[in-house]
Amino acid sequence: MTGAQSEMVLESRASGDELLVVEDLQKYFPISQGMIFQRQSAAVQAVDGVSFTVREGETIGVVGESGCGKSTMARCIMKLLEPTGGRILYRGRDITKLSRTEMRPYRREMMMIFQDPYASLNPRKRVGFIVAEALEVHKIGTPAEVKRRVQELLEVVGLNPEHYNRFPHEFSGGQRQRIGIARALAVNPKLIVCDEPVSALDVSVQAQILNLLKDLQSEFGLTYIFIAHDLNVVRYISDRVLVMYLGQIVESATRAELYNDPKHPYTGALLSAVPVPDPDVGRNRKRIVLEGDVPSPINPPSACRFHTRCPRFVEGHCDVEPPELVSRAGIPSSHLARCHYPLERWPLSEEEMRRGRAVPA
Amino acid sequence: MALLEVKDLKTYFSTGDGVVKAVDGVSFSIEKGETLGIVGESGSGKSVTCLTIMGLNAKRNTISSGEALFKGEDLLTAKPGRLRELRGNEIAMIFQDPMTSLNPVHTVGKQLVEAVQLHSDMSKQQARARALELLKQVGIPRAERRIDDYPHQFSGGMRQRVMIAMSLINNPDLLIADEPTTALDVTTQAQILALIERLQAEYNSAVIMITHDLGVVAEIADDIVVMYAAEVVEGGSVDDIFHSPHHPYTWGLMGSLPRLNTDVDRLAQISGQPPSLLRPPSGCRFHPRCPYVMEICRTVDPELKPVPGDQNHLQACHLDEATKEQEAARLLGAVAGVS
Repeated sequence: MTGAQSEMVLESRASGDELLVVEDLQKYFPISQGMIFQRQSAAVQAVDGVSFTVREGETIGVVGESGCGKSTMARCIMKLLEPTGGRILYRGRDITKLSRTEMRPYRREMMMIFQDPYASLNPRKRVGFIVAEALEVHKIGTPAEVKRRVQELLEVVGLNPEHYNRFPHEFSGGQRQRIGIARALAVNPKLIVCDEPVSALDVSVQAQILNLLKDLQSEFGLTYIFIAHDLNVVRYISDRVLVMYLGQIVESATRAELYNDPKHPYTGALLSAVPVPDPDVGRNRKRIVLEGDVPSPINPPSACRFHTRCPRFVEGHCDVEPPELVSRAGIPSSHLARCHYPLERWPLSEEEMRRGRAVPA
Repeated sequence: MALLEVKDLKTYFSTGDGVVKAVDGVSFSIEKGETLGIVGESGSGKSVTCLTIMGLNAKRNTISSGEALFKGEDLLTAKPGRLRELRGNEIAMIFQDPMTSLNPVHTVGKQLVEAVQLHSDMSKQQARARALELLKQVGIPRAERRIDDYPHQFSGGMRQRVMIAMSLINNPDLLIADEPTTALDVTTQAQILALIERLQAEYNSAVIMITHDLGVVAEIADDIVVMYAAEVVEGGSVDDIFHSPHHPYTWGLMGSLPRLNTDVDRLAQISGQPPSLLRPPSGCRFHPRCPYVMEICRTVDPELKPVPGDQNHLQACHLDEATKEQEAARLLGAVAGVS
């Protein structure tokens, strides 16, 4: 870990309001070969050295293309996957190595909302059961209390409490996502990890769900880790944003810093690729079109992982010396970027995008 | 004469629960070299409209009426043999999901060659050369080697390029793209949109772009049709729709969009759910969700008619012109917001 990073972690530790600290998190999926004597031949480096802090009551947005490791990271934080390396601290306590039983009290405080509202609800159970399940697992309340609580939750998320006895297939996509939210809220969690909660929904319904998530946050003081690939959605909901590429954080900044003054060329390319719903802007704008696809995380490019697609690639530097995730002189200390040649300003012309000057950390 | 003119198109499906009116009186037209965006939520009938034009609905339970005139020839009454001649040749379609629309057991080269040979008397070598040329044009690296790969060996963006290569291989006059970039990441989406625009300019094809993403249509469409519950609620040029939207549903769509360049505290949302097409609401189909609903909206279905002073901008709403202008201005002001 770099000096600036550990400093940042220490700093927030001192302030004492951090809910979750992730340190150098790694998750490798082994690839084995051989029929009888299986040996590990390689590994998918899905998450490789991710560190960040989540403060109580804030929303951290995580963006990146498919395959960049954002969902794997979320599942590691929730301990649905066993991390290969690194630490996860919840309220200062290391939960990385806890057993299932030891983990149970923490499960009440961390919940997850999933992407696909069609696949994440058991089609054979009634809505009342689905929402109440967490209460029953944690043995909270008598049956009458559970029923009252479930109806209250359905009302909170904007569903008719009378629909307690219906099955998931009787609801539309947006309503199902509300059921997923009610289920996550049942045990009064502190932290909710939302993995692409609105990607499967239509725009008008998406707006309803985003507004609901915001309302619930101010009502119950929730903390969100919000994973999405839609940069517009992330801007709307997040206080701070992490940009991931091939298992690493390439940029981390507050919302305003990231969207108004991105530093990493990848963030710049992402922002310029988003279609703007305004014909005047759209016509006159120059997109930065990245060449090719995201490389394979089995054998990621050397040094800077973005160098194979980067418009600012400098041979002999970017592919030799790995850049660190650091802040630089002249920009806020909360704004970190993993690049030797950060963007000077934003927006940049195509020509300026290609000519970068090295900025020492 | 327009390249394609669709008049009062209706597609009804009979199901066990009753008749689903998936498309109910849709009209639009498109000229050569133009791009038409069809916007709407899932279930609004935009895909079915295009499947009907292409004659791709299951015959068994479908009733279609109206006209779809392609160079003056009605596609709805055309014989299956004639449709097969047109499809993939003069009219081509790009589907949303490139994985399920390519045949997994044949190499992409074989599928491309088949598409060429079906519509011309080229030899296998000539067809293969043509296929290779197209793969290069859509930007597939090392096309000479990849032509003998199977679809699963390509990434999502690359597969979509293969689909585009296949649809363009016979220089179609009309290209129908059904959510061609929805399954892709933004960076890949930017590549694909740039590609469609470039190829369209080269071949002067007309493109119908079906999408739910207002950003995509704003960037590439000339004209837009907004659909809601199987009907067209508004249509016009891209500037008409974005600078003076006339229908409360269009306002709702624009207000509910989170944007990259502005911060808003709260998104304007359209309340409620899209209606079931088995039993659509009476009168104006948007009235149960419309914040401006009046008594007349509940009973009388508004006609799609031109906005005063602009023959090409059509809208179907009972609200008076003054209120509309005022509300549209208010919305656009709010959207522009604090940057």
